[in-house]
Amino acid sequence: MQYIPNIIFVIILIAGIGYFTKNVRKLIRNIKLGKDVDRTDNKKERFNNMARIALGQSKMVRRPIAGILHIIVYLGFIIINIEVLEIIIDGILGTHRIFAFLGGLYDFLIGSFEVLALLVLVSVFIFWIRRNVINIRRFKTLKGWPKNDGNIILYFEVVLMTLFLTMNAADLQLQNIGADHYAKAGAYPISQFISPLFNGMSEGSLVLLERGAWWLHIIGILIFLNYLYFSKHLHILLAFPNTYYGDLNPKGQMDNLKAVTDEVMLMMDPNADPFAAPAGDEPEAEPEKFGASDVTDLNWVQLLNSYTCTECGRCTSECPANQTGKKLSPRKIMMDTRDRLQEVGDNIDKNGSFVDDGKQLLNDYITTEELWACTSCNACVEACPVSISPLSIILDMRRYLVMEQSAAPMDLNNMMSNIENNGAPWPFNQMDRLNWSQE
Amino acid sequence: MSEAVKVPTMAEYMAEGKMPEVLFWVGCAGSFDDRAKKITKAFVKLLHSSKVDFAVLGTEESCTGDPAKRSGNEFLFQMQAVTNIEVMNAYEIKKVVTACPHCFNTLKNEYPSLGGNYEVMHHTQFLKSLLDDGRLTVEGGKFKGKRITFHDPCYLGRANNVYEAPRELLQKLEVELTEMKRSRRNGLCCGAGGAQMFKEPEPGNKDVNIERTEDALETKPDIIAAGCPFCNTMMTDGVKNKEKEDSIEVLDVAELIANAQDL
Ligand code: SF4
Ligand code: SF4
Repeated sequence: MQYIPNIIFVIILIAGIGYFTKNVRKLIRNIKLGKDVDRTDNKKERFNNMARIALGQSKMVRRPIAGILHIIVYLGFIIINIEVLEIIIDGILGTHRIFAFLGGLYDFLIGSFEVLALLVLVSVFIFWIRRNVINIRRFKTLKGWPKNDGNIILYFEVVLMTLFLTMNAADLQLQNIGADHYAKAGAYPISQFISPLFNGMSEGSLVLLERGAWWLHIIGILIFLNYLYFSKHLHILLAFPNTYYGDLNPKGQMDNLKAVTDEVMLMMDPNADPFAAPAGDEPEAEPEKFGASDVTDLNWVQLLNSYTCTECGRCTSECPANQTGKKLSPRKIMMDTRDRLQEVGDNIDKNGSFVDDGKQLLNDYITTEELWACTSCNACVEACPVSISPLSIILDMRRYLVMEQSAAPMDLNNMMSNIENNGAPWPFNQMDRLNWSQE
Repeated sequence: MSEAVKVPTMAEYMAEGKMPEVLFWVGCAGSFDDRAKKITKAFVKLLHSSKVDFAVLGTEESCTGDPAKRSGNEFLFQMQAVTNIEVMNAYEIKKVVTACPHCFNTLKNEYPSLGGNYEVMHHTQFLKSLLDDGRLTVEGGKFKGKRITFHDPCYLGRANNVYEAPRELLQKLEVELTEMKRSRRNGLCCGAGGAQMFKEPEPGNKDVNIERTEDALETKPDIIAAGCPFCNTMMTDGVKNKEKEDSIEVLDVAELIANAQDL
């Protein structure tokens, strides 16, 4: 009988981690729906970027208040997870604070976790005020699920941190009254102020309180882990691969489409026979679709970007189009991409493989009005704390509109036919190109 | 500025069996836009006064394809690129300078994988290198003590991380250089990029160039300095919209240096 808690613990742990693994698999499958793009080069630079931007949070502090608070919550999150390791081992073995043998180091660790837990509580409180009370446009414009999502995680943090401190306080009280199984261990700079509240409680109730908080804490963490998949908080995990695989080229550089290059080279090559049959006897490949009208036309890094987006809105708040009242919001571009990708993924789960649902990213999620408002200024890319490029998606969708649908605004069509005919975006003759020197 | 300037072409150089030090890529705005032509001439005067051996492609130059690419017409872009690369490679061009950040970005970043490998410089970088080599002198002259604010072109700044060359040149003019609240990597776009220059803006409540002009006006400048023919147009329109054209000039960095010396 005495092993029942251990067994229950192991079952809950396996269920929690199992469900998480299942969702991670789905996530990876969905990301792989994207087209291939090679990001295996420059490993060192990529590694440095990841260390600097994701681990070191270098871009967060460009907005100092949010940045510093975020670092506290982030450090709290990471460091308190070390404590989770002890919780798991204790849970499996039925021990009490198995790392206590570390002595002074253990006291230091537990002490710092407590201080961090308090700092996290304070930060979360300020975050909540910023999201819900102060009028910050990038948060105010969030509605529905994204708004709730932002708050839910804050409540989660409060509950987890409170449980953690309550657990420690009850534990300390039990240690002080010399209860069995509760050997002296750890330093409690914060919860020592909570434990006096429990003065006079019986040992039985204290154990109940300590165990209760302990169980809820670990279950809470497992729920948190499984909540990530449905939330913008996936960035906790994905910020690392996303910054690693980010674009290393100068921001102004747009990729040259390989399929177009092949065609152009063929057209320009005086020796090429335009009527030649394709080499070999392979069946003629389906002509490649230019640009993107749905998520599966994007590359996997763009899809990874969409799952990594923290919905912080830094991009949108820097966007010149958005600031001047245009419909374009780079954050929305990322959120739409993720929503559509999720829809495609669910469709595959349900039907085994994708069954046409009559929808696509273009028009059903992102309108052409949004796409044509972009100045390609890269302010969104510069602002993003996790190396996302909303601009690359906008450009790929414009490519689809122009090359597959000839659906550019009329002015742009005129500009392009000028380039085609006279080599300039205006209707001037190329032969007049040097006239300025004589004027 | 309505006097003719001497501008050698690559074809002329080739005929004499010579190679210039650098190719000046004039660009479409620099060739055809009335305002931008003045920038082109100012830059040519600086090249002459610094004794730079340069040439242009003249009628052999064609649009780099930047506005087509950013509109989504990759096909047209690559046709333009490949044609231009053929011309430049035939002349064995090694080094290119241009006064347009869009041409600069495209030539520098997007031509190499199509076979066009050149050392490409923006004219502010080139002028800065002439200054460092002692070939160009920049002095205050008539702009001494004036309040100037520099608007970062997106395709020079954020796109290619060039922030200092234009500022270092301006400082040599002994002017009072002030920064807008959003500058360098946080600089706000003028509204022309991504082919917006060639279309009506999408519906909104303001034009981007007005928003940016307001940033500039906040610094109470005598002059707004630009480094891009399109930014120049956008900011000039913005200043006109605010009815400040009598008190505030919008000038390219090259014009400022050339005018200071009364070239
Ligand atoms: S690149 Fe486009 S979407 Fe991004 S900030 Fe500039 S205008 Fe907005
Ligand atoms: S794309 Fe980047 S900046 Fe924009 S909302 Fe997402 S995480 Fe924030």
